[in-house]
Parts: sequence; C-alpha cells; structure tokens
Amino acid sequence: MNILSLLVLVPVLTVAAILFAKDNKQTRLFSAVGMSIQLILSAILVYMYVTERQAGNMDQMLFVKDFVWFESLNFHYTVGVDGISVAMIALTSVIIFTGVFTSWEVLNLHREFFISLIILSTGVFGFFISIDLFTMFLFYEIAVIPMYLLIGIWGSGKKEYSAMKLTLMLMAGSALLMVGLLGIYMHSAPDGGPLTMNLLEIAKVKIPLDVQKFLFPFTFIGFGILGALFPFHTWSPDGHASAPTAVSMLHAGVLMKLGGYGAFRVAMYLLPDAANELSWIFLILTGLSVVYGAFGAVFQKDLKYINAYSSVSHCGLILFGILMVTKTAMTGAIIQMISHGIMTALFFALIGMIYGRTHTRMINEMGGLMKVIPFLGVAYVIGGLASLGLPGLSGFVAEMMIFVGSYQHPDVFHRTLTIIAITAIVITAVYILRVVGILLLGPIKNDHYLELKDAKWWERLPIITLILSIAAIGVAPFLLVDLIGFSLDPVVEKLLMIH
Amino acid sequence: MNFTYTILIPIIPFIIFLFIGLMNSKIKPSLAASLGTGGMLISFILSYYTAFLYFFKSVKVDGAYQKIIAFNAEWLHFTDKLHIDMGVLLDPISVMMLIVVSTISLMVHIYSIGYMKGDDGFNRFYSFLSLFSFSMFGLVVATNIFQMYVFWELVGVSSFLLIGYYYQKPSAVAASKKAFIVTRFADMFFLIGILVLSFVTDTFDFITLTDTTGSAITQGGSILFMGMSTMTWALILIFIGGAGKSAMFPVHIWLPDAMEGPTPVSALIHAATMVVAGVYLVARLFPIFEISAPDALMVVAYVGAFSSLFAAIIATTQFDIKRVLAYSTMSQIGYMITALGVSGYGGHEGVGYMASMFHLFTHAMFKALLFLGAGAVIHAVHTNLMTEMGGLRKYLPITHITFLLACLTIAGVPPFSGFFSKDEILVAAYHHDKVIYFIQMFVAGLTAFYMFRLYFRIFWNTEPHYHHTPHEAPFSMTFPLMFLAFAAVFSGFIPFEKLVTSDGLPLDLHTEWEVAIPAISVGLIGIIIAFVFYKKESSIPDKISQNLRFFYRWAFNKFYIDELYMFVTHKIIFNGVSRPIAWFDRHVVDGTMTGIGKATEFTAKSIKGFQSGQVQKYGFVFVSSAILLAIAFIFYWFY
Repeated sequence: MNILSLLVLVPVLTVAAILFAKDNKQTRLFSAVGMSIQLILSAILVYMYVTERQAGNMDQMLFVKDFVWFESLNFHYTVGVDGISVAMIALTSVIIFTGVFTSWEVLNLHREFFISLIILSTGVFGFFISIDLFTMFLFYEIAVIPMYLLIGIWGSGKKEYSAMKLTLMLMAGSALLMVGLLGIYMHSAPDGGPLTMNLLEIAKVKIPLDVQKFLFPFTFIGFGILGALFPFHTWSPDGHASAPTAVSMLHAGVLMKLGGYGAFRVAMYLLPDAANELSWIFLILTGLSVVYGAFGAVFQKDLKYINAYSSVSHCGLILFGILMVTKTAMTGAIIQMISHGIMTALFFALIGMIYGRTHTRMINEMGGLMKVIPFLGVAYVIGGLASLGLPGLSGFVAEMMIFVGSYQHPDVFHRTLTIIAITAIVITAVYILRVVGILLLGPIKNDHYLELKDAKWWERLPIITLILSIAAIGVAPFLLVDLIGFSLDPVVEKLLMIH
Repeated sequence: MNFTYTILIPIIPFIIFLFIGLMNSKIKPSLAASLGTGGMLISFILSYYTAFLYFFKSVKVDGAYQKIIAFNAEWLHFTDKLHIDMGVLLDPISVMMLIVVSTISLMVHIYSIGYMKGDDGFNRFYSFLSLFSFSMFGLVVATNIFQMYVFWELVGVSSFLLIGYYYQKPSAVAASKKAFIVTRFADMFFLIGILVLSFVTDTFDFITLTDTTGSAITQGGSILFMGMSTMTWALILIFIGGAGKSAMFPVHIWLPDAMEGPTPVSALIHAATMVVAGVYLVARLFPIFEISAPDALMVVAYVGAFSSLFAAIIATTQFDIKRVLAYSTMSQIGYMITALGVSGYGGHEGVGYMASMFHLFTHAMFKALLFLGAGAVIHAVHTNLMTEMGGLRKYLPITHITFLLACLTIAGVPPFSGFFSKDEILVAAYHHDKVIYFIQMFVAGLTAFYMFRLYFRIFWNTEPHYHHTPHEAPFSMTFPLMFLAFAAVFSGFIPFEKLVTSDGLPLDLHTEWEVAIPAISVGLIGIIIAFVFYKKESSIPDKISQNLRFFYRWAFNKFYIDELYMFVTHKIIFNGVSRPIAWFDRHVVDGTMTGIGKATEFTAKSIKGFQSGQVQKYGFVFVSSAILLAIAFIFYWFY
C-alpha cells in the first residue's frame, strides 16, 4: 500500500479502535499508540523521500497515486508529496502526537474528544498529501468542521460564541475557496480537451490573465482567512481563547498552516500571473499585520490572547514571505510555518498546563511562577526566546530567510515593506519579555502557588519533544532547507517567468 | 600553519553550558564550578597559545599580519552569494579579543566561586557564564557579519539572563528587560544595516567586505539616498547596532540598570567584553568605514566623544559605586569609539585605530579589576552606596591596594597601562580634530576626579558604624584581583603598535610629550581635587552642588533621558499606539465581522414572522396581495 494513504488510514483505524475502548485509560492508550505510529510513519516518509531524491528522482511529486472516484464528475483521489508537504506532514505528526499527551487528563467525554481530535488530524494529513483540487478541498472541510464540536463542547469561556464565530468565518472562507477552485477547474483546459483537477496538470496550462485576476482573490483570501490574513483574523483570538489545549495546539500549530500552504500551492502556483499583478495589495495587508499583530499582543492580559495575536503577527510573516516571490523568502515562509507551528503548540501546551494549576490565564493575577514550577517556566522562556527570534532556535532561521530574501527584491516597494516588517522583532521582544517578567519572574504573588506541582511525565514528554524540534531546526537549519529547497524551484520559476 | 583547533575555544564553553544547564540541580555546585572554570582554563590556554603562534610564528606577507580563516562551514544558505557561515577568522584584533575574553572570563569564573558561594542558583550562574563565554568567543572570531549578528543576539540574551539572575527581585527583572529591549531596538538597525550592506555589496564575508582593493568597498558610494550614499546609510545603521551594545548615547540607558546583575557579571559583560562589541564591530569594518563612508566615521567620532563627556559628568554625581563604574565604562568606551572615528587607514594615520584597540585591552583589565574590587567591597559591607562606606583600607588591604592601582591606571598616571593607551588616543585626536581633543582632555580630568572620589569615599573618609566588621574576601576572590592588577599595571608595555594596527604593518611610535604632559597634569589636577574634597569629610562638595543646583540635579538624574524614554515608550507607544490598535481590532475589525453576523440574524428575525403557520394570516396575505396586484394591473392597463 502507498505510504501516503497509510498516513490517512492510521488515524482512521485509531478512531475505529477508540470506538471499542472500554474506559478513559484505553482511549488515551489507543490514541497515544496510534499517533506514535503516525509519528514513526512520517519519519519513515521523510527518510524515503530523502533517499528517493538522493537516488536522483527528479519528479516534482513522489509516491504519486491516482484513483478515479466519480468518473462522471471527474472526482479523483490523487496523492503525492514533495519536500514541502513532507515537512508539513512531519510537523503535523509531531503536533498531534504531543497534543494527545497534553490531553491526557481530559475529564468528560474523553472518547468523543479523542475521536474528534483525530478526525481533525486525518483531514490535515489528507490535505497535505493531496495534489488534486477536489481531494484537497474534501480534506480541508474534514479538518475544519470537527473544530466546531471541539470548541463548542470541550471549550471554556464564551465557547458557543467562539465556536460559532470560528466556524462561520472559516466557512465563509470555504465558500470563497470553492468559487476559486471551481473557477480554476473550469479553466484547466483553455485549449479544449478534458478538464482536470490535478494540480500538476493545471500548472502546465496557461489560464488567461483576466480569469486569473478574477480567481486569485477568491483563492488567496479563502485560504488566507484560515491563515489569519488581516482583516479576517478575528476568529483566531476568540477561537483560541475558548478552545481546549490540544485543540489550540493543533489549530494554531497546523490548521492555520493549511491556509499558508494552500495559498502557496493553489493561489500562487496555479495563478502566477495574477499573483504577480495583485500581490502588492496582499503584501501591504500582511506586512502591516506583522506589526499590527505584534502591537495587538503588547496590550493583552490573557495568555491565550497574547499568543493568538502573536500568531497573527507570525502568520502574517508566512504569507508575506510567500508573496515576496524570491526563493529565499519562500523557503523562509515554509520554515516559518513549521517553526511557528511548533512554537505556538508549545505555548498553548504550556498555557494549558499553567491554567490547569493556577486556574487563571490573566497574567496580572500570576507572578513568580518560575520558582514553583521551574520546568514549565524554563520551557516558557525557551518558547519565548524562539518566538522573538533568538539564534539557535527555529524562529531566527525562518525570520532571517524571509527578511534577507525579501530585501533582495529589486523593487523599492518590497524592500520598504521588509523594513516595516522588521520592526516587529522589537515589539515581539517587548510582549514576550512582558509576559515572562510578569508571569514567571518577580516575587510569588499568591501563597497557594507555593503548593503547585511541576510537570508530570505526560506533560514533560510533549514539552521536551517540541523544544527539541525547535532547537533542531535552529541549530541545523540546512537540513530543512535542503529538504524543501528543491521543491520550491518549480513554483518560483513559474512565478519569475512572468517578469 | 594549522589553526583548526581554535574551533575548540568556543565549543568547550558551549558543551559545558549544555551539561550544567541540563543537569542543573542534579550536580553539586562544586562540580559545576570546577567544570566551568576548568573548561574556561582550557579555552584560556588555547587562546594564549593561538596568540603566541599568530603573532610570533605565523607567516607574514610583506611584514603585515594576514587574516587567516581557521575554519569555515556554511550554516544557512540564502542565495549563492549570501550565506551565513560559521567559522573562525584570525587576525590581530580577533586574536587580541580572544586574549581579553578568555582572561577576564577565567578570572570571573574563579572569582565567582567565592562571590556566589551558597547562592541558590549557583549552577545556573555557571551555566549562563559558559553560555556567555561561548557567545562572546563566537562573536569575536566571526568570519562574516551575519555570524557576528547571530552571536551578537546570543550575547544579548546571555546578558539578559545574567542581569536578571536574581529573578525574584523586581528591579533586576525590570533591568534585564530594559537591557534586552533597548539593545534589541538597536539591533534592529544593525539588521537593517546588514541587509542594506549586503544588497549593495552582495556579500556578508568580512574579508571580501574589507578588502581595500576589492569591489565591495567601492560600490554603493554612487547611489544616493537623502543626500548620503547607500553605503554611508548602511554603515550608520550598523553603527547604531554597535552603539546599542556599547551603550553609546542615546541608547546607553540600559547599562547603569544592568548593574542589578551580580557584580562578577558586571565585570565580565558590562565592563570588559560584551560592551566593547560595538567598538570591535567598527574596528572589524574599519576599512570600509574609512574608505567608502568617511561621513559615517565622523558620526562615529562625535557620538563617541559626546558619550564620553556625557557619561563622565553623570559619573561625578552618582553615589552607587557600581553605577559610577558603569558610567565610567560608558565614558571609556566613548574614548575607544572616538579613537576609531578620528583614525585613518594604514601607516601613521592609523594610530587612532591602534590606540582604540590598545585602550580596549587595557580598559578590559583595569575595569574588570575595578568591578571585582567593588564586588569585594560590596561583599564585605553589603551595600552599594558610597555614603555608607569609608575607612575600608584597614579591613580590606588587598582590595584597597589593587583598587588604588586600578584608579591610578584609569586616571592615566604613568607608567601604568592606562597612560599609554589613553595617550595614543589623545595623540590621534590632536592631529585630527581639535574639538574632540579638548573634549577628551576635559574628560580625562573628570575621570581622574570621579575615580578618586570613589576611591577616597570607599577607603578613606569617615568610617561609618558597620554592623559586622568587614573582612577581606577569600583567596578565590583576591587572586583575580591580584592577577588583573598585574595586568593593569604592566600591559602598557605590550608593543601594541607592532602587533595590532589597521593594516597589519607595524608602526613606529614614540611618546608625544606635547600631548602627554597636559594629559598627565589634567589627571593629577583631578586627583588633587578629589583628595581635597573626599580624603576627609568636607563641606566643599555639598557647597558646590548647592551653587550649581540646577545643573547638578540634571546630571544627578542622568539628564532625564530615562524619563524621556519612559514617556516615549509608555505614553506614546504603549498608550498611543498599542492601546488604540487593540481597541481597533476588537471594535472595528471584529465589530465588522460581528456586525455581518448580527445583520444576518436581524434579517432572519424580521422576516421569520411571515412563516407563522396560521392559515388566517396566510389567507389575509394572499387576498390582500391579490387585491394589490389587481389594482396595480388595472392602473397599468387603463392609465
């Protein structure tokens, strides 16, 4: 069996196994085992991919499989991966693996919780392996919809409101996306002949410019909403604040990356002329949102809101890098997806664990936690340092690639925007240190914090996994750059050909 | 000659950092201390060995020292020309910096065994020290400007961690935050400067950048932006980064607060090594400054001169002994920066460059000594304020003598090392720019005055009532004092002009007495005034500060620069930008989204009444609509 289909099959089988689980313990055991297998599978996939490339396979997509699903509607199930999707799959399996462990002690409806969580991840895996517009959209919807249940049932605070808001806004995105994808499909054979939904086939034809210019905003904004594109990002603070820990992790860590990935894979790759013509609008939006999100984070008091706004800033940088259309900046954007995915998952995991102990997320109600829960405190500081771009951790690599790549752009406009985006590194330092200073350092504010217990093993495992991933990317970025570099060439070439 | 082993100099502290950092509470403090110190001793020996080989055994071309790439590996690939490499570059200044960093770091490691004894976070302290040493070594041996930036950030974060070492103390937390954010702000300009520079020259590599005959240096001069060439802009931006680390006006405000860190940290990071990174950066890029952007070099000279004057004035008014030393550091770094600013490239023109590096070296020794001495004093009397000290010469004999030697050195009394290095700086200024020369001369007098004010207030003057009889520090603390005192006294005799020059060729220098004699006299006058004012309790200083009340208050409050920053950050940025953005996001952006939802809901509500399920109502609507339609049609057809 194709290894890519296995990636979808394993979560499905895990869900099936959970259905037969007797109690809470079995449920989480099955989930942990399933997701560990998934982690190993993606490691094997990385290995297989690298060996295949080293053996000299120059195909754009590897391990391609194509099944006809509905002949009359031209629906196919087509999968295949390049370096970028391999990296995203590895990211996803790390996040879902750690997510299962942080949910170790979900109190109510544990079985349903894990089922929804894993179905969500099935959608994400499916999305990253598909190279067919239909398959892609299908998995996209599978990933988005369980979110409603996960927030609405297991969330906290204004959970119904947040769940509804998030789902409606993402559905609006889906609607735009559907128009865009169908439009692309309808024009996939401008010279006559059979229409196709296959990405690689569509990339070979030249869609007329006016059609591209019509479809580009639909696809880019459609995916952009999920990628927290300003001004369509407001579902994110409320959604994250209400979502349970593992869901926040998965959502900010992976689901928001679907937006960036889709914008890259579909909007930029299939509509390159329009991308070049219209990118300036979105560059302004994303460039500003980098700074705007950072400023927004400075003023928040709720830990999750701070992280949500920080995500707006960091995800803005992803789209910014993608729109810059230099290979370096795009590489940086892909690394930023992975880096931010891991970092933000780490933050949400830690926030969940701190909340579980102090029962508040308001930073000014806490203080001096470093003394009582040093493990979580140190992890938070490391996460913070990664977020503000300390060399040796992943954020630095991603940011520098984006900045250097963007500054190599021949247009003054792009370089000016780059300088504006760079100012965010100072503001990021401000909000990170503000949180660290208030939350962890200083005297202990509340006497009952003295009784807090530090992390247990199922809490340490995900934290350590995530920190190691951050450090690995930060110390040896060349491995990741090599993995994705080759796969970027077709896209960049296609975009530059137009100039 | 093979220098590949030099890679071990930074690697060893890094491994020790990881080990102590990961084991933290699982190992005994004594093990952490001996590992840290032992590792640093190896780096120390390797550094001296390297210096010996480099200066005396390596191959010179036409009598000039060569730049040697001992190791280089690509770390991050941007484009074919732009990539971050990690490597070791050996040239006179990097080898000299290896000596400075390893010496001071080793002394601080030894000193801290005594100073930090019994502290809760002893192991944490040593792991951070190792992290800092690793980063600082990485910075000085950088082969390209981006590697320097990488380690630049790392020293910044080590400094942050060490300033905030007493993390339960709010003032330490605030100081560490301030230090990080202010230097980060300056680093942003550094980064932009690197981007501009690389855009113009297409390289990060130091050797290519500073090749005086190469293409990099000649490019960028022609493109103008707001009246200055792109290269000038790039170098000014980079210099802002350097000014941030080196605490030059106006981004100096973090340095005095950084004294919240443990005193050995102040000696290592905030006196001898990290704060001279800015000087080192300018020296590293010196040929490109001098040849293709003389305007930028003038900015460097004046920023340095102004900062040294500014800091010296404040230093005369402060009472916290560590703060006096902090401002003194800022002032002395101003000297080094100015010296670079007034220097030319090559031959006798390059005396400023050589003087700057010379002063960097001697300053590292005597300023680290002063800080460690101050640490011994604080250790003995448990206060930072000189008003609560006095007469300590009886209790702390070794500290007293070494401190006196350091004061004489910084005051420029011959034949101590400070005299030689400062004299060369004054010579360079004298031949280049008289304004700067007079500023520097005045600062020399002020320096002698405030240092001896400090000395007399601590060791002479009236003795207050001490709760415990102060006692001399243990040997682990006095040994570094004696070692550094030796270095401070005699390092003036190192023939720097033969070893470290702008173009690698030896210089032929002799003391210029028309500069040296005024400098010595100014220093002596400063010492005499301090003697009269502070040797015994005296009312003169108070009278003077009364008479100059207005000016005194300004200087005492550090010219209100901190307040200005607070105003800008809190009132303008926090309340004027951040708060409105947060509000805008919640109410306007999100409000629009919610508004769309509300509008949908409202529409649904208002039309849902039509589907009531009541037959009478449907019948009424049906009949009345039919009648209305009929009327409409009738009117339409018949009129």
